[in-house]
Amino acid sequence: VLVHIICSPPQNYPLYIRSVPTENELKFHYTVHTSLDVVDEKISAMGKALVDQRELYLGLLYPTEDYKVYGYVTNSKVKFVMVVDSSNTALRDNEIRSMFRKLHNSYTDIMCNPFYNPGDRIHSRAFDNMVNSMMMQVC
Amino acid sequence: MEQGPAGGSAPAAAAAAAAAAGTGALLLPLSESEQQRYSELFSRCCPPPEAAAGGSSVGELFRASQLPPDTLHQITEVCGAKRVGYFGPTQFYIALKLIAAAQSGFPVRIESIKNELPLPQFVALKNDSEVRYGTPAELHGVKFQVPHPSLEKNSYKRTDEGDKQEPKSPPMSPICSPPASPSTYQRIPLSYGYGKSRSGLEQQHGAPYEVRHSTHQQDGPSSGNYGAKPALACSTLNRSLSGEREQQDSSAHYSDDPWRITEEQRDYYINQFRSLQPDLNSFVSGSVAKNFFTKSKLPIPELSHIWELSDVDCDGALTLPEFCAAFHLVVARKNGYQLPETLPETLVPEYLQAASLKLVRDCALFDSYSESLPGGQQTRDFSRTEKTSAEEVPDSSALLQDGKKDDKQALKASTDLKTIPKEFQHLTVKTAAQESNTLKARPRSRSYSSTSIEDAMKKGEEPPTPPPRPQKSHSRASSLDLNKIFQQNTQAVRSGWLPPPPPALPPRPSLSQTEQVSEVELHPQMNRPLSQAEENSSAKKEVVLAQPPSKPARRKLRTETQGLETPELSPTISVTSSLPAIKPHLPVQKQSSKQKRAIQTAIRKNKEANAVLARLNSELQQQLKVRNALKISDKAPCNQLCVTSSR
Repeated sequence: VLVHIICSPPQNYPLYIRSVPTENELKFHYTVHTSLDVVDEKISAMGKALVDQRELYLGLLYPTEDYKVYGYVTNSKVKFVMVVDSSNTALRDNEIRSMFRKLHNSYTDIMCNPFYNPGDRIHSRAFDNMVNSMMMQVC
Repeated sequence: MEQGPAGGSAPAAAAAAAAAAGTGALLLPLSESEQQRYSELFSRCCPPPEAAAGGSSVGELFRASQLPPDTLHQITEVCGAKRVGYFGPTQFYIALKLIAAAQSGFPVRIESIKNELPLPQFVALKNDSEVRYGTPAELHGVKFQVPHPSLEKNSYKRTDEGDKQEPKSPPMSPICSPPASPSTYQRIPLSYGYGKSRSGLEQQHGAPYEVRHSTHQQDGPSSGNYGAKPALACSTLNRSLSGEREQQDSSAHYSDDPWRITEEQRDYYINQFRSLQPDLNSFVSGSVAKNFFTKSKLPIPELSHIWELSDVDCDGALTLPEFCAAFHLVVARKNGYQLPETLPETLVPEYLQAASLKLVRDCALFDSYSESLPGGQQTRDFSRTEKTSAEEVPDSSALLQDGKKDDKQALKASTDLKTIPKEFQHLTVKTAAQESNTLKARPRSRSYSSTSIEDAMKKGEEPPTPPPRPQKSHSRASSLDLNKIFQQNTQAVRSGWLPPPPPALPPRPSLSQTEQVSEVELHPQMNRPLSQAEENSSAKKEVVLAQPPSKPARRKLRTETQGLETPELSPTISVTSSLPAIKPHLPVQKQSSKQKRAIQTAIRKNKEANAVLARLNSELQQQLKVRNALKISDKAPCNQLCVTSSR
């Protein structure tokens, strides 16, 4: 089970949501929404610190009974949240990090597209393909 | 029992389904009379030896049914002839059934023919070879969905039939001139691969041989059809293109590939590129390209997808080959072709770059990729290393641990674009060309870099610092590599500078003593005039004046350090202002003034090195912090353990 979501500031509305499998989607949406608070908390805690590549990855936001939530924030305060099944113990931190990195890179590619207005929902096929391949890898 | 499909509502779905039906045994319930009539009609259209009905006669027959043209298109689509490329018996029968259905007022669907239908009625069959399916009114439609059926009808034109529609281009051209974008989007012909309409539906890029072959024979009709495309009226250019392509029988010929750019198209694209950006080696920025392509009136998501496909390096700007690819995709889309999911091979920038550079150099025809000359290979190197070098440059400038990279930077501005044999120089030159234009275009370091060079670099530079922008006017600064400057710095200035720089290069050949002596004289003179500090501007001027004699200059600086350490620093600021003062002193000694300039350059280099070292320092301090933090964190659990154990 894997859910991706990308939220953009300032209102934190989601730009992209993808989940595999597709049932219980609403529950995941809710989880992600609540985890946004945690993300904001972590961001504010960093304060004026240098925004490193390291610090972009927020790590495990909070583990619930069924699943874990990971967060990642970019320099432009765009948040990536990933919800993973707790039973999926094979997923290590490094892999999560690399997934976030891939997401970030694809996101920047989308940004480069002049036809994309920041704040729009993401419809890019390349992005979809990348996310699909990532999810296939995990599940 | 019928081998009927599920029957989607869209003709495409029906076509696909009908294709399934068509390929198998025909299981339509045909009544006696129907069968008789159909076979009669079929034999009429198709002389017995042949397996398929002749396109023209089929066309006549259909027209004789007096159905509206788009119904006929639908029928051909649904019956599967479009898909297989000819009217086989199955397709023909299905088509007849559909005609009957249509004439009875049923919609053109596969399900319709399941019912009992009367025989299709055909008015007196004409014998004119002119087959005009599209009425001018229809083809004049400005929506690009309209041309799609007209594309399909071409699909069943026989190769052996010399069917030619009337050249509709004359009446078309005035209408087809785009209302909104008169200048940019003139007719782009896509007269090849008409069968693409079918393959477009199926997301294929190759059309069956027969169809393509037929398209070659149509000059006028093709132009007429494509003349309908909004904002892309193709008339004369189209005809000339189709005329230039002779009857090519090879089925996989490159010119049949709709994703291949022909000569004329390429020239057109290049001209358009020039109109946006005069320098062909440089980029078209994203916003400019966006405005340009928006004029094509394609929907934004499609344009977005086209951009994604064509901007392979994802830098928000289009090089010439990328631009050609994007333009070509736009043209293809406007002509009704579906956009591919990935960039076709022939539109990949390396391919296009090789081809375009070949064109430029050799004025050769558009050959296949494998035939590219060494020139093309060189450019392939260019493009291949383009990415790596471009990525390298901003990153490498941040790190001065590797002297080689400095060389690259230095070389970059100094070498000429055309005279480079080695790949190493390819890197630098290409980056010079690009860097002068869009250094900011590649600020990101990617984790999934394509080359090992990038990987190696990225490992060493996690904390991103803004790279010092190398001066554009380096000009023959290969001699002024920064290692020399480090060497000078360590020896010249011992005022508590940063840790020693990496090992310097072996010393350059020494100069005559006289030169050194004259330089010593210069320095005191330079010390005296102290005017306003225009450091940066003077630095830049010095760079411009940089000459090979700067080597001796640096050597001198090193040797005369003892006497002139500190005074050297301050007056260097005001060097240019002192220059006019000095020159009257030494009017005859051109060499020494050159040397002076060299010194100034060297001084500026020093300053650059200072800045770089300062940054290096900050990076190192950061790393120190990190390590300390780790050490502390490592110690912490140990401490706790000790505490607990002590209890």
